[in-house]
Amino acid sequence: MTLDLPVIFAFLMGAAVLAYVVLDGYDLGVGMLMPAADEHEQSIMVASIGPFWDANETWLVLGVGLLLVAFPVAHGVILVALYLPVVAMLIGLMLRGVAFEFRIKAEGWHRELWNWLFWFGSFIASLAQGMMLGSYITGFGSGFGYFMFSLLVAGGLCGGYVLLGATWLILRTEGALQKKALDWTRWGLMWVALGVALVSVATPLASETVRDKWFDFPRTLELMLLPLASAAAWLWVWRLTGKLKKGEPAPEWGPFAGTVAIYVLAFLGLAYSLFPYVVMDRITIWEAAAHPSSLKVVLVGALIVLPFIIGYTVFSYRVFRGKTRDKLYE
Amino acid sequence: MEAGDALIMARVQFGLNIAFHILFPTITIGLAWILVYFRAQYARTGEAAWLATYKLWLKVFALTFAMGVVTGIVMSFQFGTNWPGYMNHVGNVAGPLLAFEVLTAFFLEATFLGVMLFGMNRVPGWMHLTSTVLVAVGTSLSAFWILALNSWMQTPAGYAYAIDGQIIAGDWWQVIFNPSFPYRFTHMMLASGLTAAFVVTGLSAWRLLKSAEDAAAFKTLRTGIVLAAFLAPLQILVGDMHGLNTLEHQPAKIAAIEAIWKTERGAPLVLFAIPNEAQKRNDFSIEIPKMASLLLKHDADAELKGLDAFAPDTAPVAPVFYSFRIMVGMGVLMLALSWFGAWKTKNRVLPSKWLLWAFAASTFSGWIATLAGWMVTEIGRQPWLVTGLLRTADAVGPVGEAKLGASLTGYVVTYGLMLVAYMVVMTHLAGKGDGHALLRQDTTQKVRG
Repeated sequence: MTLDLPVIFAFLMGAAVLAYVVLDGYDLGVGMLMPAADEHEQSIMVASIGPFWDANETWLVLGVGLLLVAFPVAHGVILVALYLPVVAMLIGLMLRGVAFEFRIKAEGWHRELWNWLFWFGSFIASLAQGMMLGSYITGFGSGFGYFMFSLLVAGGLCGGYVLLGATWLILRTEGALQKKALDWTRWGLMWVALGVALVSVATPLASETVRDKWFDFPRTLELMLLPLASAAAWLWVWRLTGKLKKGEPAPEWGPFAGTVAIYVLAFLGLAYSLFPYVVMDRITIWEAAAHPSSLKVVLVGALIVLPFIIGYTVFSYRVFRGKTRDKLYE
Repeated sequence: MEAGDALIMARVQFGLNIAFHILFPTITIGLAWILVYFRAQYARTGEAAWLATYKLWLKVFALTFAMGVVTGIVMSFQFGTNWPGYMNHVGNVAGPLLAFEVLTAFFLEATFLGVMLFGMNRVPGWMHLTSTVLVAVGTSLSAFWILALNSWMQTPAGYAYAIDGQIIAGDWWQVIFNPSFPYRFTHMMLASGLTAAFVVTGLSAWRLLKSAEDAAAFKTLRTGIVLAAFLAPLQILVGDMHGLNTLEHQPAKIAAIEAIWKTERGAPLVLFAIPNEAQKRNDFSIEIPKMASLLLKHDADAELKGLDAFAPDTAPVAPVFYSFRIMVGMGVLMLALSWFGAWKTKNRVLPSKWLLWAFAASTFSGWIATLAGWMVTEIGRQPWLVTGLLRTADAVGPVGEAKLGASLTGYVVTYGLMLVAYMVVMTHLAGKGDGHALLRQDTTQKVRG
């Protein structure tokens, strides 16, 4: 039996990107929620993501690294086509990344400035990622219609990150801030519902390939499982937040887990829409794949190292489990 | 013409990013090991002063590390946005090396930095010490992989051609341990150790200028001086070996470094000159006859290849020539300052104010030397991106000048803001003299705990 290396790498790359979106998604979401909180709450919010953000962003580097390793031809095509949103995202990520350090050491208006840059960087990075996703789905179509479509996807993704951030805060905070997080979760849910509905209508209009894949009876019926499961997860999160708001017993990890489930389902839908293209309608994963010799060496390395990475990531989340009370650097 | 301008702009943008990025890892690779020393001393003695020292330098480390991380992410994307041809041609070799850096180094250092920074009260002492060690291992591993790649681009080895003509790795061992790698890696690690030693010395001197009784600051001043005094001569030795290795594998770079225009026997050592690219000669040059041949070939009458032997594939002479002299000059200054400082502090007495000022002023001297060294090696290999295999001009992407210009502006503004903030916080951390405050706080904690 021969291994279909490009398929394996498409899976690995997808997994890295999904891990990135979920993990950095919650800390970008917390960043975007900053203006809605008071000064003391802001410190706790930042502290709740302080030990994790750096490792979270590393998944992005792994994702783009795997694209570069496994599909070098597509790597150039994609990054050149997405040049401007990539630059915007990078500048956003830089500003928010250093803001973690600067805001804590600054005083007075300097601190205000870094708080603002932390929010701004988180927002710009999220928006740019959404624009990239929108443009990527349509195979980098250019023109006003495509731009509006990308903007729509970007709006949806920002809402999704806010939802992740809010549910993360339900899990990691208590008292008044947790109550606020419950309200933010409700807003996030509505925002996401609207975004997903609009994107679901617009995507088949924007891409013929996607349309043909999804409106292909009787397969369409099986595929409907994905949106149905997403709707179920959405309702579950809504119900849980309702209970938590009333002070009834409900698992505090539930809203976050439900939101992650929505992300996984949406990602599966996206993967189904794209496969086997790595550049929509133009380059398949087999056409773009690197030489098998280099894929094999990376695969072996990844299989050895990934269990360690997962192991110490779990360790880190265990060390910092529970409610965030202390500020950074005690 | 237009393609040429885009090439220049792509290079300026990438060069700006990589130069800005390297400032921070250069500090953190060395500083990570210095922190291991501070943390181990605290574990061994249990003294609050070591803990206070560790905590202060951990702040400097965290700040510097964050700057390195975010600018590093930019680099990982600029490979594709600016040089799509790079991965198309040599991706089968370069890709896995970069992937191994992410897998073995980035996750390790990022995760355990979290434990280091915020986990002191949450994990046992031995685990915290282990986390500190793992972060140091991660930063060094990262340097290992990226320098393996950089060295391979300078002196490619171990590659083969697939049936369809693609460049692939034939022997990974040879790819990684290519001819210039051992020298370049050692040279960079020593540069990082020296840079970090001068940062520690400089900021400690700054604190002593504010408050002469700061015992912790004197301890770290001495640590930094001794480390620098030990590493500086080693660096000069390794630098010389690296130069001989370059002569063997990249003679065109040596010709540019020494501004030797024509192949000749008994070539003179040009101490200073203004290289004249148009006329292919040196103006106003001060030379020592036969010295270059003697130094590089250990024979005063040996033949040294000049730039004419490699034309037209030669680097611009002036930037390489000047950068090399700046690097060597800084190295000699750092050696002199650290030895003088070691002598002056040998009886554990506070050195004079002017010497403290000299150390404070040379806090970032390692940056100048490192940047100059990188200019030598990176401009010196032009016009090649991968020596003999890929030209820089063939790797540039189709991104237009307008986009490049707009994004360059964005980067310059962001980097400017980040650098100013970094400097402000560093002087703040050093000048506040909060070592005393920390000391008191930790003693009380200890009593309570």
